[in-house]
Amino acid sequence: MVRSVRRVAITGLGVFASTGKDVESFFSNLVNARSGIRRIAQWDPSTLSVQIAAEVPDYNPTDYFPLKRLDLLDRFSQFGLLAAREAMQSSGIEIAEEEKPRFGVVMGSGMGGAGTFDDGYFNLYAKHETRLHPFTIPKIMHNAATSQICMEYGAQGPALAIATACSSAGHAIGEAFHLIRFGMADLMLAGGSDAPITYGMLRSWESVRVLAMGNGDPGRACRPFSADREGMVLGEGAGVLLLEEWEHARKRGAKIYAEIAGYGMSSDASHITQPSIRGPVRAIRMALEEAEAKPEDVGYINAHGTGTRLNDATETQVVKEVFGDHARRLAISSTKSMHGHVMGATGAVELAATVMALQRGVIPPTANYTRADPECDLDYTPNQARETRVDVAISNSFAFGGLNAVLLVRRTN
Amino acid sequence: MNIQDKVIEIITREQHLEAGIVKPESTFAELGIDSLDGVNILFALEQDFKIDIPDSIAQNMRSVSQVVDALTRVIEGKDVSDLVAMAKGENSTPAA
Repeated sequence: MVRSVRRVAITGLGVFASTGKDVESFFSNLVNARSGIRRIAQWDPSTLSVQIAAEVPDYNPTDYFPLKRLDLLDRFSQFGLLAAREAMQSSGIEIAEEEKPRFGVVMGSGMGGAGTFDDGYFNLYAKHETRLHPFTIPKIMHNAATSQICMEYGAQGPALAIATACSSAGHAIGEAFHLIRFGMADLMLAGGSDAPITYGMLRSWESVRVLAMGNGDPGRACRPFSADREGMVLGEGAGVLLLEEWEHARKRGAKIYAEIAGYGMSSDASHITQPSIRGPVRAIRMALEEAEAKPEDVGYINAHGTGTRLNDATETQVVKEVFGDHARRLAISSTKSMHGHVMGATGAVELAATVMALQRGVIPPTANYTRADPECDLDYTPNQARETRVDVAISNSFAFGGLNAVLLVRRTN
Repeated sequence: MNIQDKVIEIITREQHLEAGIVKPESTFAELGIDSLDGVNILFALEQDFKIDIPDSIAQNMRSVSQVVDALTRVIEGKDVSDLVAMAKGENSTPAA
């Protein structure tokens, strides 16, 4: 097979998250600085020091899936399927049987079936049961969401699951982009899903001491880049994009939301939790290089912006290093201030926000910004959405473990 | 409730079927029960009857009546060796 470099269009978008169960309401809430962070409602969090999260509100699985199907779907697979459904619907595509071997799926997840794990271990260790439910393994495995999406749409081409913590979805989309770019597939559903709001997960994260408390006022808990920031907030949900080979999309008259034109990745190879500067710098430069974009072309960065002391200060230095003087002219925002840190889904949810920003000419703000930190002295689009035309944007994902993924998208209309 | 009624109730519940679909003479194939459904039903039978069903017997169950027969004999402590010998070479449990 001759491998040529092909262009790749984003022709479908799907989001299922705390700030909206579809792309339209999700983006509208972001633009209006409405937070999805609330007191945990799935179970009673009163014994925890951190009692807040960005949960999908009023979620009833039987509204979306028949009981027989639900038996085999952990919450993270449900979210993945729901975002994939919207991505497929919004693309208007009908995939012929003979095209399905060229249609694949790559999904990221940081935690896989965390809820199924938690329930199983509770039964084993607390209730002293000696057997676990036989669906435990097919529900918890990290590739469950990928496989379920493949089955729903008959996608028989390249399919993978990626687990690189907070960069999982960034890498998933990047890898799917390259599968099309280098000729191994024509259509890819790509994104991430996670449902880590379990008692065990909250306890685990609590002890890392990076979570914002914000128990009095959950919606204001996550304040990325602000001098008074006090940490990140865990979130759940999914984001999925349909990536399509450019000519394939053109021929069927598809709506092209944006072009995905660059992907960079790197490993810090230095510390398991502390971010570096040079790792992310190399990832951003790699994405720019692939897209043949200059640093000055970039008008918006959807930051990793977790809201921890360390990440936001380091990311600011990274942006200055790559963009030089232009760092002060481009707009940055962390939408995690509203949808929380959606772990292995976050890169997809944030790329969806980035693509919508290009489409609509509106940059969603960093919510809850109060005052400038000398270590974070760039333009973080504080509190108010900004109407402005952006031609090129990047979305950063920098994970625990030092694995970085950067995606570059270009406006097309 | 006798064993047969309870088995029918469990299969109906686990497969999310409407009452009356599962009959004593139903085969798993007719009910659309695949290998993974099979292990789920076994799990439910073991939980509800509070017994262990050996894999060697479980593998050969293909119908409601076979399940009822095997369970009855396991519960009553009777000989089940002929159930193990039956249908050798076939395997109804999932492949990893």
